[in-house]
Amino acid sequence: MKSLLNFIYRNNFFFSFLILEFFCIVILIKNNGYQGSSLFNSANTISANIYKTSANAKEYLLLKEENDRLAEQNNFLLNRLKLGYAALPLKVYKKNDTLYKQVYEFINGKAVNSSVNKRNNYLTLNIGAEQGVGNDMAVINSNGIVGVIKDVSKNFSSVMSVLHKDTRVNCQLKKDGSNGTLMWDGGDYQFCNLSGIPTHARIKKGDTVITSSLSGIYPEGIMVGFADSYERRQNESFYTVKVRLSVDFKKINHISVVKNNYKTEKDSLELKSQTQSDK
Amino acid sequence: MINEIIKNTIRFLVLILLQVLIVQNIRLGSYIILFPYILFILLLPFETPKLAVLLLAFVTGLTIDMFYDTAGIHAAACTIIGFSRFYVLKLLAPREGYDLGLTPTIDSMGNLWFVMYAASLIFIHHLFFFYLEIFRFNEFFRTLLRVSLSTIGTFIFVYVIQFLFYKSSQHK
Repeated sequence: MKSLLNFIYRNNFFFSFLILEFFCIVILIKNNGYQGSSLFNSANTISANIYKTSANAKEYLLLKEENDRLAEQNNFLLNRLKLGYAALPLKVYKKNDTLYKQVYEFINGKAVNSSVNKRNNYLTLNIGAEQGVGNDMAVINSNGIVGVIKDVSKNFSSVMSVLHKDTRVNCQLKKDGSNGTLMWDGGDYQFCNLSGIPTHARIKKGDTVITSSLSGIYPEGIMVGFADSYERRQNESFYTVKVRLSVDFKKINHISVVKNNYKTEKDSLELKSQTQSDK
Repeated sequence: MINEIIKNTIRFLVLILLQVLIVQNIRLGSYIILFPYILFILLLPFETPKLAVLLLAFVTGLTIDMFYDTAGIHAAACTIIGFSRFYVLKLLAPREGYDLGLTPTIDSMGNLWFVMYAASLIFIHHLFFFYLEIFRFNEFFRTLLRVSLSTIGTFIFVYVIQFLFYKSSQHK
């Protein structure tokens, strides 16, 4: 026993090393469990306080970034408020592209009044001349065509709906481009008649009808509706297609007014050639 | 003597804070992790009793463990270099022994000596630290790569600190 103690005493360096290492391993293994020894992790008072001080200092350095982030988030949230939507329609979005000239500009607005049950239906929009709306501009919404601007005041405009006796929209079948003229017969507000489709066109129920480039008011390719049925009326050499409109005129809210940037140029040219031929 | 103790205490605090507040945030990928705090153990004076070195190393490791949440791994690795420092010093000792009042710095011992001394101790520390951390052998070579790269990284860091603080103090 004495010689063992003697041996340990002589090798005290090595044995104290072993004891310390053993202690380390014990902490290591104990800390792997759920009940970690809290004395040796960063939750204890000294290290936690140092980390807290450091984090506080860092926070000051990052205040500007944090402010920017919060402002951005604020903006984002404001934009989702109803308030933000009320302010938004007054803007005109113009795209500056060097490859494609912008023919159409879209002005966002809201229908504040509309009807479907009259023979000649009109809508009223909350945008007018001051927002860039002019006569004969097309009105569409995300589902399809809505109508044409008839009258403009300073802050409001009146729209001749598709559901109007004078509506004539040049449309085409999307699949083969057969042209026809869309009219409303005053019946069901969900249906219009597309007349003038040549008899060689193969029409099926559900065919998509879009605006054609000949319409002059609407941009090409705006959704109109879907073919529901078709018939060849007596003494007529073309089909008349019953079209289910894609726009629900009872639920119109947000609309876009389409401004054709080249309309005046086109109109004056057409007028010129017409008057020349009349002479 | 008292002077040495104060100097080493300050060095201990500075190196711990440097490690915890600054070096911990230096991210050089998952293979290079720097532990320049062990410079404290490396720079203890030659005449420090070997048991004291062992205990100081243990305490240093335990302090770092508190901040790193590594419970015992740093302490174990530090205790090992506290233990092996004695033998490394013995191995690298000049023929006539170390002069009294010297510290194991580049300044007093020369470049080559410090490279051998520091590199071997840093390597031992990192070897034990990373293998204890992973605690298994199935990522043996990846861990070895981590040990080697981290050793080089820490050594350069330690060398630069030496260069910045100790070289200039002599020439003043």
